[in-house]
Amino acid sequence: MTALVIAEHDNASIKSATLNAVTAAKATGGDVHVLVAGENAGAAAAAAAQIAGVSKVIHADGASLKDGLAENVAAQVLAIASNYSHLLFPATASGKNVAPRVAAKLDVAQISDITKVVSADTFERPIYAGNAIATVQSTDGIKVITVRGTGFDAAAATGGSAAVEAVAAVADSGKSAFVGREVTKNDRPELTAAKIIVSGGRALGSAEKFTEVMTPLADKLGAAIGASRAAVDAGYAPNDLQVGQTGKIVAPQLYIAAGISGAIQHLAGMKDSKVIVAINKDEEAPIFSVADYGLVADLFVAVPELVKAL
Amino acid sequence: MKVLVPVKRVVDYNVKVRVKSDGTGVDIANVKMSMNPFDEIAVEEAVRLKEKGVVTEVIAVSCGVAQCQETLRTAMAIGADRGILVETTEELQPLAVAKLLNALVAKEQPGLIILGKQAIDDDSNQTGQMLAALADLPQATYASKVEVAGDKVTVAREVDGGMETLSLSTPAVITTDLRLNEPRYVTLPNIMKAKKKQLDVVKPEDLGVDVTPRLKTLKVVEPAKRGAGVKVPDVAALVDKLKNEAKVI
Repeated sequence: MTALVIAEHDNASIKSATLNAVTAAKATGGDVHVLVAGENAGAAAAAAAQIAGVSKVIHADGASLKDGLAENVAAQVLAIASNYSHLLFPATASGKNVAPRVAAKLDVAQISDITKVVSADTFERPIYAGNAIATVQSTDGIKVITVRGTGFDAAAATGGSAAVEAVAAVADSGKSAFVGREVTKNDRPELTAAKIIVSGGRALGSAEKFTEVMTPLADKLGAAIGASRAAVDAGYAPNDLQVGQTGKIVAPQLYIAAGISGAIQHLAGMKDSKVIVAINKDEEAPIFSVADYGLVADLFVAVPELVKAL
Repeated sequence: MKVLVPVKRVVDYNVKVRVKSDGTGVDIANVKMSMNPFDEIAVEEAVRLKEKGVVTEVIAVSCGVAQCQETLRTAMAIGADRGILVETTEELQPLAVAKLLNALVAKEQPGLIILGKQAIDDDSNQTGQMLAALADLPQATYASKVEVAGDKVTVAREVDGGMETLSLSTPAVITTDLRLNEPRYVTLPNIMKAKKKQLDVVKPEDLGVDVTPRLKTLKVVEPAKRGAGVKVPDVAALVDKLKNEAKVI
């Protein structure tokens, strides 16, 4: 029984979500291999070989894998899938894009966003925006899984010494082409991996106010900045900062929600945070039902005061 | 070009669901049901493409119990031309739905299939990708912008670090993200008109698809409850609690 983790990487380094997936893979009970599929991704493959608990890295390098197109990456996984009992992807935008394609081609069900491995064929996963936790058992030969990063500790990035095996890259499908990418500039900690997150909602009122109020607090705490859907839809913050059922799922040590009412869909993305602080004018706001510490106050006064007091 | 839009009937997004006390699932008896919000965005996008003249017909499809007809009527009130219900009382999982849709794609030969990125009940985020794999079509998930030009479709996608743009040859599968569009409200005259539109009912057997679930749900429980929090009177008290009680800063 061997599990294959499909690494998320930028060709130079391994993204942290991969490390959580490795921990989940170990819990299934067998050896753990990692697939690094990319172009000129030797550095990423070398980094994958260092991950503690990984016994082999499979490195597929070719132009078809350059931009992570689902059609090509899925074909690459399928080329070696029959050697494995479990295929695990991080539940990130790219993992979620590719995994179901692989599962369908193998004619197996996919298990999305697992938060716990009960046994090699049984897993826990949240449903209904995290309002219920289902335990599901797979009856398929190969288990195709996406792993919710916040459900598992990260494997140590160093200490391993896996062998790297090169395999041929698949041919390009010719059905899709990469046109371009617009990366949001961000020198803060990555949202899904941050220890502290400060999140702003609609109450900030404008993009200028959002930056003006939230940035000093984030700077002071070395925190990542998040946002509610309302704030993103109103254009106060870019959409990849959205925390919630349909955005990022986070579980930092400290989550500070400023001017966020706390709709079910937002809570789904952050209610596993260790400590939640809510700052809101409306003392009836649902966010106070999950907050460890609630402050009923105008955020335009309270947040700058908080920055000063830290 | 035809567009196929799969829509799902789900518990309304405003409802806070309750887990059944016997742990077999969530209680959806007597709960308000609606069209999955991402599917509304998919229908809206298909109808807008038709209004722009690049699409000739919009077909809405739903798989499930007889009541899914209401969901299809809603899609037709937004502007879909006709509906197809694949009726079954069996629990349908994404792989089964993808197979049913694949059979309909083979029959209807649409140029685009537009789905929601995920259903808010099972939160799977699989069906579109699975359909693309089974039909051997290219996919663009999490779309926030769709432009059709000839036999190519250009799609801007929401990804973790920002945005990404892909160009796919049609036929292709697209799944919608929240910011693709703002679905229109259905008007009473359109609801009345939708009642007269064609709605075909087929069975999974007619399509030659085995819909037996592959995942067995052993139990469903409520998530762990958070301990009751406290309200603090001012910022100083908050900082004190964070430093000395929670020790997180």
